Amino acid sequence: MAISDVKEYTHLTDEEVEQIGRELDAIRAEIEESRGEADAAYINRIIKVQRGLATAGRITLLAGLQSRRTRVPAWIAGASLLGLAKILENMEIGHNVMHGQWDWMNDPEIHSSNWEWDTAQPAEQWKHSHNYVHHQFTNVLGYDNDIGYGILRMAREQKWSPYNLGQPVYNALLASLFQWGVALHDLDIERIRKGEKDPKEMKRQLRQIARKGRNQVLKDYVVYPALSGRQWKATLTANATANVARNLWSYVVIFCGHFPDGALHFTEEELEDETRAEWYLRQVLGAANFRGGPLLHILSGNLGFQIEHHLFPDLPSNRYAEISERVQALCEKYDLPYTTGPLHQQYGQALRTIIKLSLPNGMTASDQPEPPSPSRDRKRRSDAERPSRRTETGGYYRSTRA
Amino acid sequence: MRPRALTWGGVRSAADKLTTPLHPDDYLRLLNPLWSERELRGRVEEVRPETDDAATLVIRPGWGWRYDHRPGQFVGIGVQVDGRFQWRSYSVSSPPRRDGRTITITVRAMPEGKLSAHLVNGLAPGTIVRLALPDGDFVLPDPPPAKMLFLVGGSGVTPVMAMLRTMDRRGSMPDVVMHYSSPTPERMIFRDELAELEQRHDGLTVHRLHTDTDGMLELAHRDRGLDGICPDWRERETWACGPGPMLDAITEHYAAAGLEDLLHLERFSLELGGDGGEGGTITFRTSGKSIEVDGATTVLEAGEAAGVGMPYGCRMGICHTCTLTLVDGRVRDLRNGDEYAQPNEQVQTCVTAAVGACTLDI
Repeated sequence: MAISDVKEYTHLTDEEVEQIGRELDAIRAEIEESRGEADAAYINRIIKVQRGLATAGRITLLAGLQSRRTRVPAWIAGASLLGLAKILENMEIGHNVMHGQWDWMNDPEIHSSNWEWDTAQPAEQWKHSHNYVHHQFTNVLGYDNDIGYGILRMAREQKWSPYNLGQPVYNALLASLFQWGVALHDLDIERIRKGEKDPKEMKRQLRQIARKGRNQVLKDYVVYPALSGRQWKATLTANATANVARNLWSYVVIFCGHFPDGALHFTEEELEDETRAEWYLRQVLGAANFRGGPLLHILSGNLGFQIEHHLFPDLPSNRYAEISERVQALCEKYDLPYTTGPLHQQYGQALRTIIKLSLPNGMTASDQPEPPSPSRDRKRRSDAERPSRRTETGGYYRSTRA
Repeated sequence: MRPRALTWGGVRSAADKLTTPLHPDDYLRLLNPLWSERELRGRVEEVRPETDDAATLVIRPGWGWRYDHRPGQFVGIGVQVDGRFQWRSYSVSSPPRRDGRTITITVRAMPEGKLSAHLVNGLAPGTIVRLALPDGDFVLPDPPPAKMLFLVGGSGVTPVMAMLRTMDRRGSMPDVVMHYSSPTPERMIFRDELAELEQRHDGLTVHRLHTDTDGMLELAHRDRGLDGICPDWRERETWACGPGPMLDAITEHYAAAGLEDLLHLERFSLELGGDGGEGGTITFRTSGKSIEVDGATTVLEAGEAAGVGMPYGCRMGICHTCTLTLVDGRVRDLRNGDEYAQPNEQVQTCVTAAVGACTLDI
C-alpha cells in the first residue's frame, strides 16, 4: 500500500509526531555541535587512503604487467586496488562530500560546491537528481525518480506493461553499466520521450555528460593503456574490471536502500502540507538499512545506515553508526518500523521484487506488510511541479553556463 | 610556430588526464603537503617569541606562492581549529625577496582572540597552514619619499617593520620619523631591532611612548603632540597603523589640518562607517534558503543565521575568502557605502548588506 498520510499510517497523534521531530532535531543539533578534529581527521585519512590505493593500483598495472613472471598477479592486484579506490571515492567520499557533509570544515578542497567524483555523471547533475529529487521526495510515486530509475518497475502502484517482462535483463544491464545509468539519470529520459523536457536544458546537460564521460573514458581506456605499451590490452581489461566491480558494488548498496521489503512508498497526498516531522517519518518508513562490520560500512559509504542518512543527509557519515543507536531507540519508543537485515537478505528481497514485478500484480503476491493500493499514472513531475526544496539534503544548482 | 617552453606547471596540467577528475596536485600534496597549488599552503618553520604575548611565525610557503609582496601588505593565514579552517590576516613583517624561501608574520595574542592566541602559543613547528596571497595598499612606494612619518600603536608596528627592513636592506633609509605607542616597554614588539636600526641609520628617529605610565598620544598637544615629536609633520607622507581609536584621532587631526592626502591608514578591525543597507530578503540560491534581514546585518551573518555553510576568513573585508557571486539584487559595502548590483558580480559577504531583495549563488 502506498501511504497517503504517514501520521495515520503510524497511528501517532499530532503531538507525538511533533515530539519525534523535536527529538530528531535534538540529535542533529548535538552532532553538529560535536563535529570536530576527529571527524576532520577521519575524512582526510579516508581521502589519503583512497588516493594511495588508486596510485598503487595504477603503478602495479603499469610496472607489473611488463614482466611475464608478474603479469597475472599484477593484473589481479592492480584491478582490485583500483576497484577498491573507485568504490571508496564514489561511496564514502564523493557521495557524502556532495551532500555537504564536510562543508563545515570550511575547506575548499573538500566541499560540496566543487567536488567532482570519479564516475561518468557530472557532480552538478547528481546534486539535482539525488540531493533534491530523491532525498526530498523519497519514495513518493511520481516524484522520486529513483523508484526504479525509469527502467524498472519497483512498486505495485506503478502500472505494468509488457516492457516489464524484461526486467531481469534490464536489471543485469543496469548493474554492470551502473555508472552510465547514473550518468543519464538526471536527463530524465522519460520526460524527453514525452517531449516535456526543455531542449536547451537537455543539450546543456548532454554536453556536460559528454565532457565528463569523455575524460573518464580517455583516462581508463586510452591514456593508461597507451602508457602500458605492449601490455595495453591487459591494462585496459584491468581498468574495465575495476569499473565494473565498482558498478556492481554501488548498484547492490543502492538497491538495498529503498527496495527491500519494508521500505514503503507514498502517494502525493502525503506531500500536501507535510511538516518537517512528517518528512522525518517518511524517511524512516521509506528507507532500509543493512547490518555489517565497520569495513563494510565504510566501503558502502555508510549507506547501510540509509535511514540515518535520509534523516540527516548532511551530517558526517562517520557519525551515522552512533546516530543509528539513538534512532533505533526512538523507533522502539514510538513503535515505528525500522527496516534492517544482513546485506544478502536485503539485496535478495530487492531482487525478488524486481523479478516479481516484471509480471502483472495479479500473478504474484506482495511482500510488503500492507496490500497494494490501486495503480496510478506513472507521469513524472518536473521541477516546476515539485514543491520548493528542503534545505538539509545538500545543495544543488543549475549552472547558467552553457 | 615556436614550441612552448616545457614548464613544471605544464607537465602537471598535462598529467590531469591521468588523475581526472582530480588534479595531480591532489596526489602530490600527500607526498609533501607543500606540493599543491590548489589551495596555497605553508609550513610553520619556527615560532619566535617577541614579547610575552606576541610571536613571529616563520612560514615556508608551498607551490604557487609569489614572493613579490610589497612591504606593508598583509597575507591571509588559515589554520584548522577543531577541524575547521579559521582565517585571519596579518601584515608580513619580512622584507620582500625574490629569492626568498620564507615569510614572517608577527602576531599578538588578543585577549578575546582565540585564534591569535592559538597562533602565538599553539602552533608547533611543522604545522601546515593555508595562505592567501599578499594584498593591501598600505605599502612603501618605490622609491620611498624623501621624508616619511610612521605613527604606530601596538602590533600595528608589523607592516611598518616590513617597510623599515626593506629600506634598511636596500640601504635607502630616507629621513624617517617613527612614533611608536605601546603600553609598556616589555610589550613593545621589535624593541631591540628598532634600537639597532636607529643606531645604524642617521635618518631614522624613533619616538617611543609607554601609554600605561605616560598616557596616550595627544596629537594636538604643543609639546607632547605631533608638533613636539616631529615639527615638520605637515611636510611628511604619513603611514599610520594601530588600534581603531588612535587611527580615528589621527584621521581627524589630519583632516582638521587639510592634509588627508598625506595620510595612509591600515585598520586591523572592521569599521563600518558607511550607511547600512536597507535590508531585505536574501536568497541563497544553491542551498535554497532565504532570510529576511535588516540593513545592518552583513550578508555573511545573514547566511550563517539561515544555516548556509558560508565560506569566511578574516570577517573584516580584507582576505576575500568570503567572496560570493551576487546573482540578482543590490548590496552595499558597509565600510564606504559603495553599491554592487551588476548581475554575477563578486561581492565580499562579510562587509556588505542587502539593499532590498537579493540572491547569492551558494
